[in-house]
Amino acid sequence: MRLRHILTTAAAGALIASAAHAERGEDGQLNIIYWQAPSTLNPYLSGGTKEVEAASLVIEPLARYDENGDMVPFLAAEIPTQENGGISEDLTSITWKLKPDLKWSDGTDVTAEDAVFTWEYCTHPEGGCAQASYFDGVKSVEAVDPQTIKITFDEPKPFPYTALVGSESPIIQKAQFQDCLGARAPECTEENFGPIGTGPFTVAEFKPNDVILFEASETYREPDKPAFASVLFKGGGDAASAARSVLETGEFDYAWNLQVEPEVLTAMEASGRGEVVSAFATSVERLHLNQTNPDPSLGDQRSTVEGGEHPFLTDRKVGQALSMAIDRTVLVETGYGAAGQPTCNVLPAPELYASTANDGCLVQDMEGAKALLEEAGWTDEDGDGVREKDGQRLSVLYQTSTNSVRQGAQALIKQWWNELGVEVELRNVDANVFFGGDPSSPDTFQKFYADIEMYTNNFAGVDPEAYMADWACDAIPGPSTQWQGTNIQRFCSEEYDALIRAMATEADIEKRGEIAKAQNDLLMQSYSIIPLVWRGNPSAISATLQGVRMNDWDSEMWNIADWTRAEPS
Amino acid sequence: MLNFTLRRLLMAIPTLIVISFIIFALLDLAPNDPTGDLPLTIPPEVREQIRLSLGLGEPFHIRYLKWLQQFMVNEPLNLLEQWTGWSIGDSENRLRITSWATRSPVVDLIAQRLPQTLWVVGMSYVVGILIAIPIGVISAYKQYSWFDQFGTFFSMIGFSVPTFFTGLVLILVFSVNLGWLPMIYDTRLEVRDLGSFWAQVKQMIMPVTVLALFNAAQLSRFMRASMLDNLSQDYVRTARAKGMKERVVLLVHVLRNSLIPVVTVIALGIPTIFSGAIITEQIFRVNGLGQLLIIGIQGADIPLVQTLTFIFAILIVLFNLIADVAYGILDPRIRYD
Amino acid sequence: MTDLTLAEQAVEQPQRSLWTDVWLQFRHHKGALAGSFIFAAIVLGVIFGPMLYTLDPQFIDTSARNVGPSLAHPMGTDNIGRDIFAQVLQGGRISLAVGITAMLLSLVLGTFVGVLAGYFRRLDGPLMRLTDLFLALPILPLLLVIIMLFRETLRAAFGPETGIFLLIVFIIGITSWMQTARIVRGDVLALKEREFVLAAQSIGTPGRRIITRHVLPNVLSPIMVSATLGVANAIITESALSFLGLGFPSDFPTWGRLLFDGANFMTLTPARVIWPGLAISLTVLSVNYIGDGLRDALDPRIRGR
Repeated sequence: MRLRHILTTAAAGALIASAAHAERGEDGQLNIIYWQAPSTLNPYLSGGTKEVEAASLVIEPLARYDENGDMVPFLAAEIPTQENGGISEDLTSITWKLKPDLKWSDGTDVTAEDAVFTWEYCTHPEGGCAQASYFDGVKSVEAVDPQTIKITFDEPKPFPYTALVGSESPIIQKAQFQDCLGARAPECTEENFGPIGTGPFTVAEFKPNDVILFEASETYREPDKPAFASVLFKGGGDAASAARSVLETGEFDYAWNLQVEPEVLTAMEASGRGEVVSAFATSVERLHLNQTNPDPSLGDQRSTVEGGEHPFLTDRKVGQALSMAIDRTVLVETGYGAAGQPTCNVLPAPELYASTANDGCLVQDMEGAKALLEEAGWTDEDGDGVREKDGQRLSVLYQTSTNSVRQGAQALIKQWWNELGVEVELRNVDANVFFGGDPSSPDTFQKFYADIEMYTNNFAGVDPEAYMADWACDAIPGPSTQWQGTNIQRFCSEEYDALIRAMATEADIEKRGEIAKAQNDLLMQSYSIIPLVWRGNPSAISATLQGVRMNDWDSEMWNIADWTRAEPS
Repeated sequence: MLNFTLRRLLMAIPTLIVISFIIFALLDLAPNDPTGDLPLTIPPEVREQIRLSLGLGEPFHIRYLKWLQQFMVNEPLNLLEQWTGWSIGDSENRLRITSWATRSPVVDLIAQRLPQTLWVVGMSYVVGILIAIPIGVISAYKQYSWFDQFGTFFSMIGFSVPTFFTGLVLILVFSVNLGWLPMIYDTRLEVRDLGSFWAQVKQMIMPVTVLALFNAAQLSRFMRASMLDNLSQDYVRTARAKGMKERVVLLVHVLRNSLIPVVTVIALGIPTIFSGAIITEQIFRVNGLGQLLIIGIQGADIPLVQTLTFIFAILIVLFNLIADVAYGILDPRIRYD
Repeated sequence: MTDLTLAEQAVEQPQRSLWTDVWLQFRHHKGALAGSFIFAAIVLGVIFGPMLYTLDPQFIDTSARNVGPSLAHPMGTDNIGRDIFAQVLQGGRISLAVGITAMLLSLVLGTFVGVLAGYFRRLDGPLMRLTDLFLALPILPLLLVIIMLFRETLRAAFGPETGIFLLIVFIIGITSWMQTARIVRGDVLALKEREFVLAAQSIGTPGRRIITRHVLPNVLSPIMVSATLGVANAIITESALSFLGLGFPSDFPTWGRLLFDGANFMTLTPARVIWPGLAISLTVLSVNYIGDGLRDALDPRIRGR
């Protein structure tokens, strides 16, 4: 049992799997359960993870990321680099070569025109394309010849693998979508529900928000794959029962994104029908400490730069003490189990970019935190258990989205902070309101009408440049920008902005790593962000399923062509 | 009576228009957003583009009037075309109500969801009524007997324990431990032969039980109370004194009169079949109208939620009218004119 | 009974008020007495319990997670190490308060609307259309809007706990009165044509008096049923609200919420769901029996039998 698990999840699994079978469709039906059901199969119209991953069975990009975050060519013959001449000297263009003899599932040829069309489709101003940011900075996409795609950028692009790379920007068929440009995009229901693709499966039936039936593609480029004749992709319900259907009843083979308390999953695993496996990419659960003043009496100036600094959270010593008082190991044990690791960085991966300068926070130091506050003049004079300085009490409103794991973490952190001498009021907000960004709602994470808030963020792909630019001074949300902006905690530093500018022009990969680390460390030492847990993506995999290589850098289904049914033991 | 019915039907139109406007305003005011469940990796500018492409840039009243036109004119015309095969006007470019999340016509989504909702929720309602009425009648007739005590206890437990709990208990017992019933409802199953019929029955047992228990608990309480009220009335004494058989007294006289308030409860409940059973549908993944509605609400899919709730409103108004007419038939003393 | 005592009774009778009668009858109803006793025990338990069992329900002991019932933790602990017993005691305060007040609010609203609509024909149309409107409103968006509009104001005026309490009671009350109203109206429509009401009308009794004296006592039984169901409904709805993040802050446990949070742990630590579930069921059952007893006691035809 143990050995088989190692074999199925290790990279070697793929090799064994491909040796184990030789014929397309011989392994019958694969049952996958996503507890959030896909609403469409066109990832350009809905950016949700569930839609992107469901679509990844059918449509493919030029290259994907494997479980280590390394690029693997899919439709492309190889990954272009400066060495092989695929990237121009001045970094303003990249040229991809398609694999020979690629076919769409309707039997027609895949050409560079399809890639050009995909770019036109997503960048059409009336289309509302959810993945438009993948084409940021792209000046043009041209078909040099039917096999060659040249992408030109407005300015030198040190990391050019964004457009048409990764599960979020796959190539769609021009012949199918050419009447669906711009405002007509949503009207093409049939096309959006059944895109023609190059992948191992085709769509046989699609019921939005309910169930999808995929069938093995006749024209898939590897003649002996996929091993499964069909895939049933069911959605709906909640994470715990999705796990149960794989681990306890065995009705399904694979369940996605199981954010359930770890002991519940462990108890389910005991029946031996399957296991939970996690993959890690860049998701970090973190606290943002509001650097501006959220006092309701400020009215419109609340939580804006104009409203002034926060009365105590701009004091680094307070932030540091709050961070030191947290026992991240306990947070992981209670809420995440194998799907989380304590972290002290907002940028935990890839390895090249992960700093080790802040690892002191991994161990809770309550006494040190208290001493730090004492030293900074925050003392409890009146004996009410709450520290104060110059009449300012250390009292915070701490909000997050509604989710049982997050509420558990809130309770734990509240207890530690109370012990430290900080008064804490908790609030949880419905996730769709919290992340909804409606400028008229007071409860969005962008408005940040609280002192501290907690959520998870990450970035797509492997390059952190855009992500680290989130904390630029000019990205601070405010009323003038309809509260749009990525610098949630309203951090502003000239030094940091300089690093962002340096990153934008640096092409050398090692130096990029150094800059990213410097950015991370600067943020961490400002204590405006307190990272808590590096989150993995846990999925339940049946013991009868082989070849799964859990991956959080791309679609989890990225190598579904290699999945096979294990021989009954 | 006919006069009353016609007048009420006429009254229903302005009522429904006001209701539709209030619902639309409510949904528009609500602070959730269609881009709320997208990953945070999608930047704010792109989100704004998505909002604009959904038509959120237009002012409120325009959006409302557009929806009203689509619902009142375009969709009925479209249905008519589908049924008759005629082509009326410019049917190619007639805008249908389109859901924001799926970008597909809302009416098609509803049609897709209707079968499983009617099967599961409808069936559970029928089962619930069939259980509740005898329990209510016997409980009242033999008040404070062991049957009554047990019935009371059972229905109170049934009502006070939420469906998320009973559903989970059933799954743990019948799916996990015994392995008799599937815990996930297969919406693709078509009943063609005996085998598939049996599969359909098996997958319906648990959700129907959970819901029927809840419905029966509530209804039997109302039935019992109403029966008790009538049993102590003078006409019952008179009927008995006339020497009528106890069975006739009970089933013809008392039951008929006791049903009057219960009919209200039943009629009010029928539209809720259409709104589905959100929690039960989630637990067993029936993915019917309830699940469609809750996903729409969470994703701020205004056209979808608006259409669903409005159809729901129509049903409510309609069934309230039916209940009123039924009163008049069941109780000749009631006069509306 | 001798003639003398009868005569005595006849003399005493006018001094016995209606409520004494009701109480005498209520006393004979075993279920009602048992119900009142249990209900009182629950109420006293949640009021005085936390004073005797002083463990803080929010205190987390991470070394004692998911432990079964023991002397230190009579109902065990939850998955982050909070004591269940303390949480059930404290949760009961909020659940009971919400359940009873929300039920009363919806009952008063429902009965008021129902009686007016049933009795006064002119009000029937508008009031019933209003009922239709409320029945048709999608509750979740309504909640989101109400919370968005009023949470900050109420929090500022009453503090986070009371503010949310008022909000929740208001929300549950305002969204659950319609069924009562419809049923009461139906009954009133029938009652209005009954001989004793017609008789009262013919001797010129004012409408208000007919309603309070003749109509209301006769619609008590559906009202009592609504009341019992209303308590359960309010307690469960509150848990659904908390679950959606629209209820109390997560550090205020309530029974419904404990039950909900515990559901996934049913096989691991059954005590987490059994006790809150039992508390809700017992409360509902006892309220139901009290309701039964009250109805019988208030019914003049049964009273004295």
